[in-house]
Amino acid sequence: MTENGDATPLVRVENVNKNFGALHVLKDINLTVYRGEVVVVIGPSGGGKSTLCRAINRLETIDSGTITFDGKPLPAEGKALARLRSDVGMVFQSFNLFAHKTILENVTLGPIKVRGISRDQAEKRGMELLERVGIATQASKYPAQLSGGQQQRTAIARALAMDPKMILFDEPTSALDPEMVQEVLDVMIGLARDGMTMVVVTHEMGFARRAAKRVVFMAEGQIVEENTPDDFFTNPRTDRAKDFLSKILTH
Amino acid sequence: MESLLDFSPLVEEFGTILTGFWSTIRLTLMSGILALIAGTILVAMRVSPTPVLRAAGTIYVNTLRNTPLTLVLLLCALGLSDTLQLHLSTDSPTNYYWWATLGLSAYTAAFVCEALRAGINTVPPGQAEAARAIGLTFPQSLRMVVLPQAFRSVIAPLGSIFIALTKNTTIVIVAGYIEASSVMKQMFDDYGGTLPIFLGFAIGYMVLTLPTGFLFGRLAKRMAVIR
Repeated sequence: MTENGDATPLVRVENVNKNFGALHVLKDINLTVYRGEVVVVIGPSGGGKSTLCRAINRLETIDSGTITFDGKPLPAEGKALARLRSDVGMVFQSFNLFAHKTILENVTLGPIKVRGISRDQAEKRGMELLERVGIATQASKYPAQLSGGQQQRTAIARALAMDPKMILFDEPTSALDPEMVQEVLDVMIGLARDGMTMVVVTHEMGFARRAAKRVVFMAEGQIVEENTPDDFFTNPRTDRAKDFLSKILTH
Repeated sequence: MESLLDFSPLVEEFGTILTGFWSTIRLTLMSGILALIAGTILVAMRVSPTPVLRAAGTIYVNTLRNTPLTLVLLLCALGLSDTLQLHLSTDSPTNYYWWATLGLSAYTAAFVCEALRAGINTVPPGQAEAARAIGLTFPQSLRMVVLPQAFRSVIAPLGSIFIALTKNTTIVIVAGYIEASSVMKQMFDDYGGTLPIFLGFAIGYMVLTLPTGFLFGRLAKRMAVIR
């Protein structure tokens, strides 16, 4: 239950640049995420938030700069990269549950095949995790039979099953019907309370205020502003952030 | 005119005909299984991150898919078996059976590979990303997440490939192995080209291929991945 983390860096992003063709999506990004810390990345779409999030487990390659995780630079490929990814959970906007596997199988695949845990043990732990996110009764169903909120909670359980050192959330509630957003955020707030290190790309200000230690505001590929949630939302320093907040706060 | 509608040759040669079709079934099943295995390996090569494997897969598929099956089978039977004396069995019919099977499966594998590749394209990229994100390696994510879903989406086209394979076994005649169509040819030589013989064999092939199509259609519905 570390509220503030123990101040050792888990992820260090240094001078990172990335281009998609002529589009410079990440411009000299520097960001450090400490153990136990919850960082919310916010900003207009196309600003590079998701790309940054995905670069941390190398689903997206970078053109220059370095990213270190747990003191080591990200491996480029192969088994070492797979091992890194097994330590970094990822929750996607579109859930991406394995469509041909049951809810429980979705949660146990990684532990069994990557961690080499026995099926019995993986299923026992899988059921505990499904219980924790409130969908144990759906364990034998297939993803398409569940609501979006239930699918996303399964995706969180799937990430947790690997006992990751951190979890990346790439707009986890953006594809959900409004009434399902809260159930997913509640699970995420619970994780934050338990001290999970999280990088969350989201527009949910309620979540940012309740769970985040830091808000990183990104626009046009740059980190424009970094602050505590309260200061950022009530007293943004840059015009770009003021402009952005005025647009999302008026709704 | 009477001889044109004479069904007696079918009755007289019934045993031989059945033996011929049994050979057809053996060829089809064994070639089908081998083609499925080889096609899966080929598609794994074609989507792999290694350029050399990708190139090898592409060259194989484009070569085999664009070569007439007759040439492939002649290469096996005349080129490899007779000229180069590469015998797969000391028993001559068994030797030709295996060469015919290898030729058929090598040819069919190219089509299986392309059907599977189309199947892979139906699997949303997020599935592979999620697989990589939990730490599965490329081969693991292909085997456990992408290919199972790809297979299920191309069961019906695979059925068409197996129907084509069943009928393609008739070309094995050039590779010196006796199956149903060579029995038919022999009967045409012995009894003349009559309608009943023709009909009998046409029905014989349909008895094999119609259930194949039906079965694969049913499977495709039952195994479909709901998204």
